[in-house]
Amino acid sequence: MADVAVQSNRVVGVAGGRKRSSLRSALKRKSTAAFLMTLPLIILVGVLVVYPAFYSLHLASLNKSMARFVGFGNFEFLFKRETFWLVVKQSCIFAITAVLFKALIGFVVAHFVHNIPAKGQRKWRGMLLVPWVIPPAMSTLAWLWLFDPSYSAFNYTLSFFGVGPIPWTGDAAWARFSVILVNIWVGAPFFMIMYLAALKSVPDQLYEAAAIDGANWWQRIWYVTLPMMRNIIAITTLFSLIVTFANFDIVRILTAGGPLDHTHIFATWAFRVGIEGSDIPLGASVSLFMVPILAIAAVFILRDINKRGNEA
Amino acid sequence: MSTVTIDKAAPTRKVKYGSMSRDRAWALKWSYFFLTIFAMFSLLPPLYMLITSLKSSAEISAATNPWWVFNPTLSNYIEILTSNQFQRFFFNSAMVSIFVVTITMLISVPAAFALARMRFWGSATLATGVFLTYLIPETLLFLPLFKMFAAFGEFTGIQLINRWYVLLIVYPTLTVPFCTWIMIGYFASIPKELDEAAVIDGASWFQTLTRIFIPVAFPGIIAATIFAFTVSWAQFLYPLVFTTSIDQLVLPVGIITTLIKGDVFAWGQIMTGALLGAAPPLIIYAFLMDYYIAGLTAGATKG
Repeated sequence: MADVAVQSNRVVGVAGGRKRSSLRSALKRKSTAAFLMTLPLIILVGVLVVYPAFYSLHLASLNKSMARFVGFGNFEFLFKRETFWLVVKQSCIFAITAVLFKALIGFVVAHFVHNIPAKGQRKWRGMLLVPWVIPPAMSTLAWLWLFDPSYSAFNYTLSFFGVGPIPWTGDAAWARFSVILVNIWVGAPFFMIMYLAALKSVPDQLYEAAAIDGANWWQRIWYVTLPMMRNIIAITTLFSLIVTFANFDIVRILTAGGPLDHTHIFATWAFRVGIEGSDIPLGASVSLFMVPILAIAAVFILRDINKRGNEA
Repeated sequence: MSTVTIDKAAPTRKVKYGSMSRDRAWALKWSYFFLTIFAMFSLLPPLYMLITSLKSSAEISAATNPWWVFNPTLSNYIEILTSNQFQRFFFNSAMVSIFVVTITMLISVPAAFALARMRFWGSATLATGVFLTYLIPETLLFLPLFKMFAAFGEFTGIQLINRWYVLLIVYPTLTVPFCTWIMIGYFASIPKELDEAAVIDGASWFQTLTRIFIPVAFPGIIAATIFAFTVSWAQFLYPLVFTTSIDQLVLPVGIITTLIKGDVFAWGQIMTGALLGAAPPLIIYAFLMDYYIAGLTAGATKG
């Protein structure tokens, strides 16, 4: 704090001039006031986010009863377990496939919404954003019921097309498909709305110029829309990658990791091991494996944000 | 927007009027066609919730068309709304959300103001730090937090695990960073002349915040409030980890733990509960969609 006061005093010396002493105390108050205003935030983030994040590193180095330090013992144990590698594989399949399709669907739908006259856009936007608004725990229950093994509404409908009953959540491959499908359903509207905002910010003159130069529809997208939207596409994708990678509710409610652990991702397996299996250190070790991916995504997002800040 | 579409077609219209407008009409038709498909996909689960919630359990287990209600009944709604358990869940959810929104706003509005306007030592780093915090998922923190609260209970005798108010402590970790982040963006967009004038007129920092920043950035504050509410209403992992007794549960966890007993699913009631649980965010969204969307787009893009 002393440091703060000294620094702002120097600023006063330059800017102030007359009435130096009263201004000095005012600006002294300013830094103090600013610090006090951010103090609750600093405490919250420090105690409930930063501390636990590092604490989980410590936890990961303890044995099951949390009495003995085992170093990398938990990690060694994980590396030897087949389930762990299954979880790694599934987390990657889940996150990459889901984000890819969300981005693709979001991009296409945003174009359709952008295409139609402005008067009706609000209505469509409203309907398309509904999956994003409903709490995922609630909507996943509806999907669970749609996928129900004996009364599945999907299978009932498919039977009219001669497609046999599909074991939506019972078979490993179909369970993965179902989990990803629900994730796409929940997340695609976010992309749609972000891309729509980006599309609206592309100046029309660019399209006019492209049209005059004889660019066709595909060329307009490739040479005008995509370069203009690059930043937002990148940031939204990275952002969604973090959220999807760390997803919990959808997998937990739809399959609870089954059948035979074939849909577990890091978060659900950490819950299974840490809370249900009451092996907190092992659970913490599992969830720590999300960190590298999150860190890489965060670095890229931050770089992007800073770049934008400098341009402005 | 209507002007935009006209502009786009304008330069070529003189040259070949017919084909261009025909292309345009085709594009429009296809747009509506695909939008209808996507809207159906979007609205399918909530619609199915509604259909099922109006059925009796006899009709649900009968092998009839699942997409149609033959004998609509409100019995599921009556049962859920009069059940003490569910009233408790609603009450807990509402309490938690209202408190969390209040706490979030009390913390993040002043913090965002200070970070946007009052440069001080480390303010830029702190703003970035807030954004990074927002990127840390709750799935990484629930185990250490669980252990911390358990240890806190052993140490002080104050029990936090399995009390609904523990959620008031942990939810702000999700809402505060995001709300602060979007509010920094809103506050930063307010012209400097406005608050400089206020300071010259002798307003204190607190007065500048309450008389100028809060009224001017009101849309941003509404957006942040909606977000804080939606996040705390929808949160599933934290209540699942930190609460277990029936009387401490919030709605999403309550529905899942009380209505699913082993392999027996009371689907009529589950769907009714899920629909009622989805209703508050949907209603707020129906009225304040523009703020919601503004917040959504501001959150991830504003630097």
